[in-house]
Amino acid sequence: MNCQECQERPATLHFTQVINGNKTEVHVCEVCAKTKGYMAYPEEGYSLHNLLSGLFNFESVKKENQQGKTYKQMQELQCPKCDMTFSEFKRIGKFGCAECYETFSSRLDPIFRRVHSGNTKHFGKIPKRKGGDLHTKKQLDSYKAELQSLIETEAFEEAAQVRDKIKALENQKGDSKGG
Amino acid sequence: MTLQHFMNEAISPWMREEGPDSDIVLSSRIRLARNFSDVSYPILADLEKLEDIQSFFKEEYEHQTFQDYEDFAFIPINDLTSTEKRVLVEKHLISPHLAKNSQAAAAMISKNEQVSVMVNEEDHIRIQLYFPGFQLNKALEKAFEFDDWLEEKIDYAFDETRGYLTSCPTNVGTGMRASVMMHLPALTMTKQINRMIPAINQLGLVVRGIYGEGSEALGNIFQISNQITLGKSEEDIIDDLQSVVRQLIEHERKARSRIMEQSSIKLEDRIFRSYGVLKYSRIIESKEAARCLSNVRLGIDFGLIQDVSRNILNELMVLTQPGFLQQYAKKTLSANERDVLRASLIRERLQLEK
Ligand SMILES: [Zn+2]
Ligand SMILES: [Zn+2]
Repeated sequence: MNCQECQERPATLHFTQVINGNKTEVHVCEVCAKTKGYMAYPEEGYSLHNLLSGLFNFESVKKENQQGKTYKQMQELQCPKCDMTFSEFKRIGKFGCAECYETFSSRLDPIFRRVHSGNTKHFGKIPKRKGGDLHTKKQLDSYKAELQSLIETEAFEEAAQVRDKIKALENQKGDSKGG
Repeated sequence: MTLQHFMNEAISPWMREEGPDSDIVLSSRIRLARNFSDVSYPILADLEKLEDIQSFFKEEYEHQTFQDYEDFAFIPINDLTSTEKRVLVEKHLISPHLAKNSQAAAAMISKNEQVSVMVNEEDHIRIQLYFPGFQLNKALEKAFEFDDWLEEKIDYAFDETRGYLTSCPTNVGTGMRASVMMHLPALTMTKQINRMIPAINQLGLVVRGIYGEGSEALGNIFQISNQITLGKSEEDIIDDLQSVVRQLIEHERKARSRIMEQSSIKLEDRIFRSYGVLKYSRIIESKEAARCLSNVRLGIDFGLIQDVSRNILNELMVLTQPGFLQQYAKKTLSANERDVLRASLIRERLQLEK
């Protein structure tokens, strides 16, 4: 299979990307992958530049339609911690610091959706130490859901047990905050 | 551990053990991207802040041991010669990005080279953990344990909704890139691989020919990895990757036995010719060496060649890269000189097997 850019060298990098809702295949050689911006770093294995530039072209169209308003919003978004502006972020395709995520949060969903097949929320690991409260919170949420369904099915004995577990967890949470 | 130790051997100690399905899967890797919550990412941070991170790693982890990962070496990238950097890249212990952007950058490598931590790459922390053969679950389990160990002393940038926060939006969420290296000579010979790649891509996986600089999957070695990091748990990402890899293994095995049945003498000829070239040539380009090594490895898998270890492919693919050759020669070599040294190293290595 030859490279779709140069038609010369054999393609060595293969992936799909979504442009305007359509899945497109990409088959490029190592040279074009680097020079045509298909990947920021070869070891990463795929494109960011192209993924983002597609998105941002779409945004600039919107900007014209809504005239000054969107433009002004864009100017105002600047990370208080690292000073990165949203337009800078768009240009280089990288965040400057963890707080950028908070600062640009209203604009990030479409970007994440494009890069991560429609997903915007994390479903994986939670840091063991730092995420302590989060682990408890997740556990509480699942107990509460369980309790609700037990009450609905009138399984009161089991419901009482689950309620005890919730109480125990909540006490534990209060203790760790106090200490 | 000293730097010299990592420079001398082309094959990492962990590669000497054979993992499951190692006739086709050479290695499994988990990479996790992590950052300190209160420092800007390396592209923007003050050099001073990045140097603080570098010294933190030196002070906390140099010569430390975690489980099987003993005596971590701490290697500031700026202390390395360009050849030494190249060797670490060729052994996949550091990324080309780290070798190039070496300001306040460092690598922490365990004695068995199974774990390497890149400090101040695109993210503050990139953990890489390898296992021989097809062992993604095991690799994930160990990578998580190692991650927890680092987290005891580090406040990670983490957000309830977005997960682990990374410099590049393509890594946010799990920060995980899982990959396997596969040797797929039969699927390549029969050109089946060309039909399979688009199907694999459709499942959200990236296929990459490796070792190639502008050439097709040198040595018929392919890397398969996940594309997305947000919205799926690490376990689910690995399940998806595993089911594709399992199918590829099956197809490759079928293709191998079909070729063996249909054109056994042709295949034998191809394998033994390659063996002959490696054993006796005096000048060999990396492309030809890779092709022959792939054929010889296939010959070993078929039991046609019995006095050579399977590791020969992994080992010589690294040993015959330009950086490694120059490290060996202790000087810069022209392309011609490299081809001569490559041929001689391969001959020597095959002699050792006897
Ligand atoms: Zn090309
Ligand atoms: Zn910022």
